[in-house]
Amino acid sequence: MSTLSTAAVLAQEVDEPTIIDDSGPIFDWGFAVDILPDMLMAFLQVTLVVTLVGTLIAAVLGLVIAILIMVLPGPLAWIVRWAANFIRMTPIVVQLIFLFWTFLWMDPMTIGIIVFGVHYATYMSEVYRAGIESVPKGQWEATTALSMSAMRTWRRVVIPQALRSTVPSLGNYAISMFKDTPFLFVISVAEMVTVAQTIGAQTFRYNEPITIAGLIFLAASYPTAVLINRLEKRLAYAH
Amino acid sequence: MDWLDTQRDNFQVLSNFSERLIDGLVTTVQLTVLGGAVAFLVAVVLGLMAGSPSLWLRGPARVLIEFFRGISLLVLLFWLVYVLPIFIIRYDIPIPGPQDHTFAVGVAALGINYGAYAAEAVRASLTTVPKGQWEATTALSMSWQHRMRRIIFPQAWALMIPSLANLWIHLLKGSAIVYILPRVNDLTFELNNLRRPTDIWFSHALVGLITYFLLALVLLFVMQALEARAKYRLGRGPGLREVFSLRLRPVSPDGAGGSAMGEDETVEPKAGARAGGEER
Repeated sequence: MSTLSTAAVLAQEVDEPTIIDDSGPIFDWGFAVDILPDMLMAFLQVTLVVTLVGTLIAAVLGLVIAILIMVLPGPLAWIVRWAANFIRMTPIVVQLIFLFWTFLWMDPMTIGIIVFGVHYATYMSEVYRAGIESVPKGQWEATTALSMSAMRTWRRVVIPQALRSTVPSLGNYAISMFKDTPFLFVISVAEMVTVAQTIGAQTFRYNEPITIAGLIFLAASYPTAVLINRLEKRLAYAH
Repeated sequence: MDWLDTQRDNFQVLSNFSERLIDGLVTTVQLTVLGGAVAFLVAVVLGLMAGSPSLWLRGPARVLIEFFRGISLLVLLFWLVYVLPIFIIRYDIPIPGPQDHTFAVGVAALGINYGAYAAEAVRASLTTVPKGQWEATTALSMSWQHRMRRIIFPQAWALMIPSLANLWIHLLKGSAIVYILPRVNDLTFELNNLRRPTDIWFSHALVGLITYFLLALVLLFVMQALEARAKYRLGRGPGLREVFSLRLRPVSPDGAGGSAMGEDETVEPKAGARAGGEER
């Protein structure tokens, strides 16, 4: 087994001479196949779960925030808006560590889902706001003319029209969230990249796990991005 | 009231370590500014390549952009720190080992990752410069450099600034993850480190979050000033009033992705599209 000095990077001791096994292949396909199941499991059980649940929270909470900012009286709306701005403009990494050490009794993965969901909800709220603002004024006036209740106006007229154009953005944010999930590393959730790093630390072979992690990310995010791009164009034409 | 008293003590403890925190803050600012500079360079090069009509330039640029956008920042960091040294040692590549220059690795990773996003913004804003402008430069038989520097880029620049501002703020926020590299002692690292000797966390993290927020606001104001100036130079801007307005722009993590760019920024200049290149 090779003893790579890269392991020393962790120990902050990099001055010692490097001992490296030059005989083995630089990318060991057998080893790659061996570790693939573990990494795919981590991908399915953590990365995908966090992304999907987080997106769901972001989609719902974002709409709530957007409507609150529009409906609440001045000062309250101001507070909600700046709270959202604060969450949006601070690093997700610090938010993760913050909640992790403040709520030690909570499951790290739950914390991760909440942080990702709330963080991206503040992004989504901006998208929804733009969507709501793009609903023509005549629609609002028509609901007044028909003496619809405020609740009914929102539920039956405004939101259905506003939501249509926000679907591609939600998809784009889901991809961004997906690419941010490795940040769960900092609160020790065994997410795919963390698993890759652990495999590397145990076997002193970093090439395969980290390269595979990168490839899985590419393989998952690029086709989705292309699909969302198509959806966006289709929705744009339909308008 | 008990809780408040404890918190006051905690902030007192924190202020005892203010020197280290300021060191960390300086590192974070360095990461953000240097990373932003690298990202801008990457963005302009890749953006111009991706916007060129030649397939030989466009193809590689697209591959690079999609690759570095699709790969996660942390994967990129790990790859640079753990995998690249193996290649360097194995093939005796004459560049300094990344494991010895972790700060540079952090700057490079931030620059490449966010630069790829920004490249998309650069490309998109180049395509929104009206076609007549391009044709006019051909009619005047301007050289490529002359046309870019004097006519096309100044107009595209005004368009791309809002996206670049978003991405720069994202870079600032992304810089927090670089603390996992050894010897990159940024603000997050120092705060996280103080947790151990002091056994306090809530106040530390709160101070950290507020500091990052203020930094982001500073970046936003800088970019708004740049935008006002760019528009003013094109004869479109209302002057400096906008610079000091407290209006926040929506920050999208995918700032470069079609929708975020396409919707709000590309529409407005067309309305007032006047002959560009009047910056002389």
